[in-house]
Amino acid sequence: MSHLESSVQSLHPAPEGASKQMETTDQIRITTPEKVCGMGHRMKRKEDPRFIRGQGHYVDDVKLPGMLYMDIVRSPYAHAKILNIDASEALATPGVLAVITGKDLKDAGNLHWMPTLMSDTQMVLPIDKVVYFAQEVCAVVATERYIAADAIEKVNVEYEPLPAVVDPFEALKDEVIVRDDKEKKTNHVWHWEAGDKEATDKVFGEAATVVKQSMHLPRIHVASIETCGMVANYDPTMGKMQLYMTTQAPHAIRTVFALVSGLPEHKIQVISPDIGGGFGGKVPVYPGYVVCAVASLVTGKPVKWIEDRSENLQADSFARDYHITAEMAADAKGKITGLRVKTLADNGAADAAANPSKFPAGMYSICTGSYDMKAAHVEVDGVYTTKPPGGVAYRCSFRVTEAVHMVERMTDILAHELGEDPADFRVKNFIKPEQFPYKSPTGWEYDSGNYDAALAKAMDIIGYRELRKEQAEKRARGELMGIGICSFTEVVGAGPSRDFDILGIKMFDSAEIRIHPTGKAIARFGTKSQGQGHETTYAQIIAEELGIPAADVEIEEGDTDTAPYGLGTYASRSTPTAGAAGAMAARKIKAKARKIAAHLLEVGEDDLEWSVDRWQVKGSPDQHKTIQDIAFAAYTNHPQGMEAGLEATDYYDPPNLTFPFGSYIAVVDVDSGTGEVKVRRFVAVDDCGNIINPLVVEGQIHGGLTQGLAPALFEEIVYDENGQNLTGTFADYLVPTAVESPKWETAHTITPSPHHPLGAKGVGESPTVGAPPAIANAVVDALWHLGVRHVDIPITPQKIWKLLRDAGVSD
Amino acid sequence: MSSRHGITVTVNGAQVTREVDARTLLVHFLREDLSLTGTHIGCDTTSCGACTVHLDGVAVKSCTVFAVQADGANVDTVEGLADGATLHPLQEGFWEKHGLQCGYCTPGMLMAAKELLARNPDPTEEEIRFGISGNLCRCTGYNKIVEAIQYAAQKLREAGEEAHA
Repeated sequence: MSHLESSVQSLHPAPEGASKQMETTDQIRITTPEKVCGMGHRMKRKEDPRFIRGQGHYVDDVKLPGMLYMDIVRSPYAHAKILNIDASEALATPGVLAVITGKDLKDAGNLHWMPTLMSDTQMVLPIDKVVYFAQEVCAVVATERYIAADAIEKVNVEYEPLPAVVDPFEALKDEVIVRDDKEKKTNHVWHWEAGDKEATDKVFGEAATVVKQSMHLPRIHVASIETCGMVANYDPTMGKMQLYMTTQAPHAIRTVFALVSGLPEHKIQVISPDIGGGFGGKVPVYPGYVVCAVASLVTGKPVKWIEDRSENLQADSFARDYHITAEMAADAKGKITGLRVKTLADNGAADAAANPSKFPAGMYSICTGSYDMKAAHVEVDGVYTTKPPGGVAYRCSFRVTEAVHMVERMTDILAHELGEDPADFRVKNFIKPEQFPYKSPTGWEYDSGNYDAALAKAMDIIGYRELRKEQAEKRARGELMGIGICSFTEVVGAGPSRDFDILGIKMFDSAEIRIHPTGKAIARFGTKSQGQGHETTYAQIIAEELGIPAADVEIEEGDTDTAPYGLGTYASRSTPTAGAAGAMAARKIKAKARKIAAHLLEVGEDDLEWSVDRWQVKGSPDQHKTIQDIAFAAYTNHPQGMEAGLEATDYYDPPNLTFPFGSYIAVVDVDSGTGEVKVRRFVAVDDCGNIINPLVVEGQIHGGLTQGLAPALFEEIVYDENGQNLTGTFADYLVPTAVESPKWETAHTITPSPHHPLGAKGVGESPTVGAPPAIANAVVDALWHLGVRHVDIPITPQKIWKLLRDAGVSD
Repeated sequence: MSSRHGITVTVNGAQVTREVDARTLLVHFLREDLSLTGTHIGCDTTSCGACTVHLDGVAVKSCTVFAVQADGANVDTVEGLADGATLHPLQEGFWEKHGLQCGYCTPGMLMAAKELLARNPDPTEEEIRFGISGNLCRCTGYNKIVEAIQYAAQKLREAGEEAHA
């Protein structure tokens, strides 16, 4: 049965005021003059002045009077019984005020366990055993940062090691049970399917060609340059808990804290200040946050906890770790007919994925991608191992990267197998523009798309046909050059409340706009920027709708005491949800402004028309009231019987997700001596519908491309057979520098979404999704004639050198 | 416990004298003793460059320098880059060219770029990329950081030519 059930029976209604224009264009839509700076303007970011002066305000910059510091004792074993925790030496150290153990949390009201975002359970601090290396064992609270760091060395924990469960396939044998706290003594967590199994099997039975490939998308880590941390400030007098926290979802976190701790929700204030990168890693609640809050409750003082880099890489939520076996079928004409996929998801020691409740494998069933096929069936099984829990995104909408990597690799393998050019093969199999809205075999309804246009543009920019000639010449000379394509379809903007919730909270988002008497404005949103530039782009949305210059609109997010409730920023959902809410709230203000203008001009509302920043009398534009005139009147001369003021709130529940897409082409040169892969050129053509700020969109795409290059060639969280993390520093976990990162070449097509009030789609994650398969396809393309049909990422020189040696190319 | 030492450091042109632990890191001295929180900590292991400051004009990673090593030295941080309301050309370039997103690596990136341009006023793109390769950015993909540094290099060269004219 489809996981979407009844949601895709018909075309979703377009939101009020949505763009009717759905044709693809290269032209960015601009409807406001530069002084207004609405959508489409390359506005310099409004938030930048503080960052370039070193005046950003991040969690570690918070300094409160009497603040204490917390540090965490972590497990040296991946799996071990805890026999004893002796904190006496630590507690005897001057400056150490408390050591908090799992037992203390249990006594404080069963706080030693917490729910994960997937309604599984996870230890805050353990009592009986640890289940991953670097797991939080207990915490030390001291008067100074250095004293706390010293004292964690003085806590003596006695362990009895248990066998580690590192390989998820071994875990399925249930010889060692990771979660023996559970009633069912098995490491198998869940099974999930999408699509039509019977129809898919039938298609495969009738296929002329079937290709099959296993692949692993390994564990990776978001590694935002700012680690995670908190300053918890409990005021015993007023009973108020203030939590400065590195979180992408402050409102949901407040509710979770209220439910878990029993503190009344109105007495909890979560403040997410400037965030030094999130990428999904700051969505979950980590044990450190909970213990830090408890430490403040216990001491009645502010307590700061900041992870160091090793703690961040070793214990925080990972991404990916999908073991995939996929089959793709084609008919005699080389038309893709079906996709059949089995996947093992290594969850680590808890299912702590940041997915919507109904989607244990996220949006993985988007895996039929940009190709029209008859049938597909996808199965995923989740399994426990003795590794840190997780399943966060690493800059992608829930599990879309895994889906796109798989389908783009399979498409390329099939094209090569059939001896067809990978570009021509894609064009032959694309969903065509006239097929939108397109219902996928796994139940999604794609809003809009023009895959041919994006690929054609990418091929044109990079000179695809000439590159193929160059490749043939080089191959004749024994040089290894490859060209790789990825034509991805993303699914972002969760999401419609009928299907999407996190712990039961529906995934709407919100905006609240207040226009001041002088026509300036403040707007607050339920999301939280971690560098995406909301202070600029949201202001441009309001400028677009109301004509108030973006420079005159202050944007605030991240303080749960002031901002409207929303689910936060991740999964490219800010523009599709909160951005839409901003437009809808502005339209409510515009409607009230019309009544005030009619009153001031002494005409009927129907006699007025909107122009950029004013209501004017039809056919007599000299008779008008600007939004600034109207704002002043809203406080000084509003019509009798009307409420004073000019403000509105909108909680926006999107009718559908948005489906950005693009075509990426990578050109790589492979050194046949060392196995090193060099990305010589990379062209990315993205289509995210209408563009709010082209400068910001370019920046998002560049950054995402480097975060796609990273797992393609460099990054992997590696464990040894004992479950020890071997990649706990930036010396081992290789984040690309400016040297490895190529000069990205970007372009766009614009195909507006009919399901968004501004015709916009999400964009921040498309490049992270699209880049890895483009690079992997390019490398395999360089080596196909040597018998290589697949290489797992990260494609390290060592892996390539081995393949070349096996092929007799290298010695 | 480590011993206490009196140090005198000239930070962004102003002399300060403080007593610190022998093991106090320069970055903690700047951030916590002097409340100059523009210098950030990203890795504690000299890998990411978020904590880059200048020690007697040389870019160093202040997470692996002791505060006592700065005794008697000049330390320059991001807070000292602008001249009052006038931004340094690098700050201007980062703003103009969208050379930052979350802003966390930005102070270190600015200080690394400043040293690079002091050594090489007219760097090629490749020289810029190598010049900032000790600084990790997770948001921008580096294209626009390179453009920002090129913008500043040109502006500084033009200012230099004007001064000589």
